[in-house]
Amino acid sequence: MSITRKEVLQVADLARLDLDDAALDKMSIQINEVLGYVAQMNEVDTGDVTPTSHALSLTNAFREDEKAEHLDRKRALSNAPHADNETFVVPRVIKA
Amino acid sequence: MPHRLTIHQAQGLLREKKISAVELTQAVLDRIRKVDERVGAYITLCEASALEQARKADRRIASGDPSPLAGIPVAVKDILCTRGIRTTCGSRILENFIPPYDATVIQRLEAAGVVIVGKTNMDEFAMGSSNEYSAFKLTRNPWDLSRIPGGSSGGSAAAVAADMCLGAIGSDTGGSVRQPASHCGVVGMKPTYGRVSRFGLVAFASSLDQVGPLAKCVYDNALLMKVIAGHDPKDSTSAPEPVPDYIQAFGKGLDGVTVGVPVEYRSMVGMDPEVSEAVSTAMETMERMGARCVEVSLPHTPYAVAAYYVIAPSEASSNLARYDGVKYGFRDPEAGDLAGMYRRTRSKGFGPEVQRRIIIGTYCLSAGYYDAYYRKASQVRSLIVRDFKEAFESCRLLLSPVAPTPAFPIGEKVEDPLTMYLSDVFTLSANLAGIPGISVPCGFSGQGLPIGLQIMGNHFDEAMLYRAAHQFEQATDYHLKKPPLQ
Repeated sequence: MSITRKEVLQVADLARLDLDDAALDKMSIQINEVLGYVAQMNEVDTGDVTPTSHALSLTNAFREDEKAEHLDRKRALSNAPHADNETFVVPRVIKA
Repeated sequence: MPHRLTIHQAQGLLREKKISAVELTQAVLDRIRKVDERVGAYITLCEASALEQARKADRRIASGDPSPLAGIPVAVKDILCTRGIRTTCGSRILENFIPPYDATVIQRLEAAGVVIVGKTNMDEFAMGSSNEYSAFKLTRNPWDLSRIPGGSSGGSAAAVAADMCLGAIGSDTGGSVRQPASHCGVVGMKPTYGRVSRFGLVAFASSLDQVGPLAKCVYDNALLMKVIAGHDPKDSTSAPEPVPDYIQAFGKGLDGVTVGVPVEYRSMVGMDPEVSEAVSTAMETMERMGARCVEVSLPHTPYAVAAYYVIAPSEASSNLARYDGVKYGFRDPEAGDLAGMYRRTRSKGFGPEVQRRIIIGTYCLSAGYYDAYYRKASQVRSLIVRDFKEAFESCRLLLSPVAPTPAFPIGEKVEDPLTMYLSDVFTLSANLAGIPGISVPCGFSGQGLPIGLQIMGNHFDEAMLYRAAHQFEQATDYHLKKPPLQ
């Protein structure tokens, strides 16, 4: 299975990445090499093997819902590229 | 030359007041000034706060406070959040990120009295095996400045090897503590998944990431591990298992310990003969100490790299969706509309390797390809987990090389991602299976480059890994050699 240049562009779009022509060419070749290598997984008969998403069996970690010290608003906003005193500020989403 | 001390040597001198924490920290800072221009291990130096922590440690020591690591200068990979200290993760997108909180590992180190001297260089978002994918600088191997230090915790490993700290913290998603430890001739531990809290560790692949120590010897590594390990309510995947006293468990000899040697690891392509020989010699050394070596089989080993390079990028593509220029990090100033802001911010903020992995991961998770890639890889992962489970029925430990070759020259693999990925072949299975692995020096190549031995064990059996590694170290002198760096 190989991925076309057009598909790489579509996937980059889903991931919100812009690729110029040179980057797209290079990326397509490299990703095809990786996917070509990865395809050897198909030699393995995985039948009805249950997939593993975590190496240890985890149980839900519940705790009491208690009031505690957390980031206050000022500190939470301290790294924002653009904020006023109350919120993160982003470009307008809904056109006037 | 106090910077050359091991942690346990320094502990003794500090306790006996033969040296102060301020003198020790100053010696380490002097050493950094002298050699780091050539090595490039640090992204950020914390001179003022380090000296402040050292003064505090001296007061603690004077008052008889038994804090285990009081006054010990330690380097931290720039992937762990440090309150008030810039944490870049090796990426332009976090170039000016100043965390408003500390990672749990940092809190524990500071509670133990550690002096944090600086934040070390790494491959961007820990994606890489050479440190060449750092957005900021190259880190060079202290044993040969024309070679890579390994990655992604290459800065931490180089800092330990070049005596620019007494110990360091790294993180390991596919070998990122063990492989640089091996290339730099130091001891690196990747603990069991869940053994050390991931709270405040910048996420790469959440089911694989684990924080681990790097040190000049096994004893020091175990001292650091004891401090950072243990359950943390802030990490729902952290394990509520008690943390044993690793030093107490060192014991004597290896009588009655069965060590498995995976047959599949012998026929690996691209193996350097000097590495094979060093590992065979290490096996003989262990047999002389009483260990019984047996052959075991991990039949799905040839598919581990393939499964890993689907699973890790898939998880990364999801984790890295958070970098959108809104809450923290870089935002492209010519933002335009919201979608344009996301695109420009991410395209300019992420380097090529990170973009490559995001695209691979997004593809493997996308509708129509999920079953063929992500689901398939997760099934192969189950078979790899089963391989290890079955192997541990006939042995307590597994021996292997850490990396197929000693440190390679800078530039050799940087344009060839697949070849770079294949250098993780011996280490990434442990991450897929969640088991611990330690890298310990076991020889040198003809060119004088360090070679590492990997010892792996079952879940939560770090004490046994430390025991075997310590016994091996006692029988050899590789860890005592220093790089030729003045």
